[in-house]
Amino acid sequence: MDRFVFLTLDGLSRGAVYAAFALALVLIWRAARIVNFAQGAMAVATAYFAYSVAAATGSYWLGFLAALVAGLLLGAVVDLAVMRFVDHSSPLNPVIVALGLVLLIQAVLGMVYGNEFLPAEAPLSRAALTVGGLAVLSPYDLFAFAAVGVVVVALAWTFTRTPVGLRMRAAAFAPEVSRLLGVNVSGMLTLGWALASGVGALAGMLVIPTELGLHPHAMDLVFVAAFTGAVVGGLDSPPGAVVGGLLVGLLLSYVSGYAGSDLTALAVLLLLLAVLLVRPAGLFAPAVARRV
Amino acid sequence: MSSDDLLLVRGLEAGYGAAPVLHAVDLSVPRGTIAAVVGANGAGKTTLLRTLSGMLRPTAGRIALAGEDLRGIPVEQLVRRGMAHVPEGRGVVGELTVDENLRLGGLWRRDRADAARALDEVYQLFTPLARRRRHLGHQLSGGERQMLALGRALVGRPRLLLLDEPSLGLAPRVVAQIMALLRQLRDSTGLTVLLVEQNVRSALSVADQGVVMALGRVVTATPAAELRDDDDLRHAYLGF
Amino acid sequence: MSATRAATPPTTRASHAGSRPWQGRRGSTLLRHLAVALAAALLLVALSYGLEPFRNFQLATVAAYLCATAGLTVLTGLNGQLSLGHGALMATGAYTVALCQNAFADRGVTGGWTLPVSLSAAVLTTIGVGAVVGVAAARLRGPYLAGVTLAVAVVVPALAVTFDDVFNGEQGLSVPVEPPPAALGPYFPYERWQLWVTGSATLLALLLLGNLVRSRFGRTFRAVRDDEVAARLAGIHVARTQVLAFVVSAATAGLGGALLAVLAQSVSPGAFSLTLSLFLLMAVVIGGLGSLAGAAWGAVLLVALPDLTHTLTDLLTLSPAVAQRMEGNLPLAIFGSTLVVVMIAAPGGVQGLLSRLGRALLARSPARRS
Repeated sequence: MDRFVFLTLDGLSRGAVYAAFALALVLIWRAARIVNFAQGAMAVATAYFAYSVAAATGSYWLGFLAALVAGLLLGAVVDLAVMRFVDHSSPLNPVIVALGLVLLIQAVLGMVYGNEFLPAEAPLSRAALTVGGLAVLSPYDLFAFAAVGVVVVALAWTFTRTPVGLRMRAAAFAPEVSRLLGVNVSGMLTLGWALASGVGALAGMLVIPTELGLHPHAMDLVFVAAFTGAVVGGLDSPPGAVVGGLLVGLLLSYVSGYAGSDLTALAVLLLLLAVLLVRPAGLFAPAVARRV
Repeated sequence: MSSDDLLLVRGLEAGYGAAPVLHAVDLSVPRGTIAAVVGANGAGKTTLLRTLSGMLRPTAGRIALAGEDLRGIPVEQLVRRGMAHVPEGRGVVGELTVDENLRLGGLWRRDRADAARALDEVYQLFTPLARRRRHLGHQLSGGERQMLALGRALVGRPRLLLLDEPSLGLAPRVVAQIMALLRQLRDSTGLTVLLVEQNVRSALSVADQGVVMALGRVVTATPAAELRDDDDLRHAYLGF
Repeated sequence: MSATRAATPPTTRASHAGSRPWQGRRGSTLLRHLAVALAAALLLVALSYGLEPFRNFQLATVAAYLCATAGLTVLTGLNGQLSLGHGALMATGAYTVALCQNAFADRGVTGGWTLPVSLSAAVLTTIGVGAVVGVAAARLRGPYLAGVTLAVAVVVPALAVTFDDVFNGEQGLSVPVEPPPAALGPYFPYERWQLWVTGSATLLALLLLGNLVRSRFGRTFRAVRDDEVAARLAGIHVARTQVLAFVVSAATAGLGGALLAVLAQSVSPGAFSLTLSLFLLMAVVIGGLGSLAGAAWGAVLLVALPDLTHTLTDLLTLSPAVAQRMEGNLPLAIFGSTLVVVMIAAPGGVQGLLSRLGRALLARSPARRS
């Protein structure tokens, strides 16, 4: 029972990061109808940037901040410099372009930083605190929870309560009408890319210290897990992405705790296949299909 | 062509791809009047509206709003110059609530207080919408959607309202209400309306000017009353 | 480098016939393809004597990649299904051939027939795996399909570590391959033999693929790609067609992976990473989606570009550490940026550019070389 509680809490803290990453995927999907396969590579790039900033300034938190800012900028740049010019008549095109970006970003990182694992220190202890003799979360887990929680709430508030959020949603749902109503649709798209990439950068910063370390491919499996989370929740649903990410985190925690950590990757693949074959629109699909 | 024309169009040509749809269209709509553009399917009425609101780039000609040349002004800036376009099919955003749809119409305005006032006025004008503030756009009936689209345009306090087929799919009673409302807005606020309609009778019943289009050209532009009474014209172009 | 470039024509020409619309009757298409394949085979033999051993090996590698890229271009270009998982399918073929060859070697079974048997086993196993993925794929569209196949590409190589008692983890397996037959003489270069083996297997696969593309099946592939609803109305079973395309594509990818394993005489998960899957996609996109000739261009690029960057880094005076980083990553960077640029600027790829050029040049006379 103790073990179950521990695995559940551990799964939730892992899942929080997947949730943030899945949310980033959903944000771009809703805004641009693109699944950003380069999200993982972009997040790794910002994590490397944070590493450099932290090494230069001696402050982890400056690096952390730098990663978030770099994430926002990188998202905007990817939209303005690349995705803007892609012919969207076939859904394959943006996917292929995103994969080209993956190769490019990972190669550039490899050239600059090398293809060896760099140590990625967590800013807080990763040793689990014990409450009443029960091993629960570590301070770092709590930090990750809090960071993701703040971002999710802030995003939800922005989208549902602020004028810019209303503009972004309108631009995504009905670009032509939005332009007639004076909304700068392409600007909203760029903003969506920036926000999503910023959230992705946060997820990368949070997850990399819990894995093997900094590496150009560090987010490959995280991407697959987060994509699965996003699909579980339905690509169109931000709350679904959060719940889906948490579910995937739980599943991975149980699988690695009870069946062995080697099997987690396989478990993700099976979950993804199962969800797509049984309920392709996701568990939280909105009641009405949108016109695409 | 008096200086009182809010909208002035000269020699407008536009089309999709290589196929021109509009041929040398001339049009003038005086301030505070309603102009009804009528004509058969494929006459170019919707294309005219789309070109006026900048969604389609003209290949030749001039569009002036209150004397200002609109060439090169991006679509999203036109609303700031007082032009509101309620597109065909109404363009209600189904995923947003009624309230959000309406607020969207006033987001571009700097004067937040007046935008809020305009929102209240629209709710008073369309009481059914006030009851359904929190409903999503796709939950509304056809008539409610038309009210919402119209109301959303009015939140921006436009000088010129472009309306594309407001009667489409609506019951005659609702159509009559909408036409009456347009007349009321013209008389009380001096709104200028360019109305595209298949429903010629009801359009001409409220319009000051009737513009007949056929095959991408303006065939005639006369006082609406004349058009109502000119049997030859009606027979030739409007089929009744 | 010149050798690699000189090696382009046979593979290109062998598949060229398959990529051009040909107005002849079906029987003549097969005969034509056979003739081209035979000519390509003769040219390959001649080249294998003219080229130094290392170039023979490179050409053999091109042939192995060509299997996989040709299969992928049929799937993505002709049938409109995107697969990021072809590296994993190649791994399936590679590991199967390794396990078979090891089983033969352990039991002391020898003979010229063992390798073809192992290769066939590899193709059959990959067909099995491809059918499973294909059935799932047929129900998925666009980004969902891409996501699933991406997951396959990431997860399947990791299975080699999960089940390391069979696949021997990160280390991988060695692939025992017999020397060239004694009849060829004692001094027959091994690389030439490798080229003969992979070349003939690839030509056979291309011949089959070329005929398939021209056949009724090829037309249904294209019909489904262009408009699923219209295809369904025309009486085409869409899901079945998509699964068939996936299976065919998987079979060739498996063969390609098996040939790579035979060439390298070893397999390891590192050789079949996600990057390989992306490389394959890049190769068919840059070559020109949907054209077998484009697949050949892509395969050549896969071998030539790393070679070229190697030469380039050798020319620059770099510190060993920097040189090592550049060598591993420069081809990736070039691949990635080329992929982005090609998708934006020239979606037809190399073959698209060439055929446009060719059409412009041959606008006056309908006669074609070859």
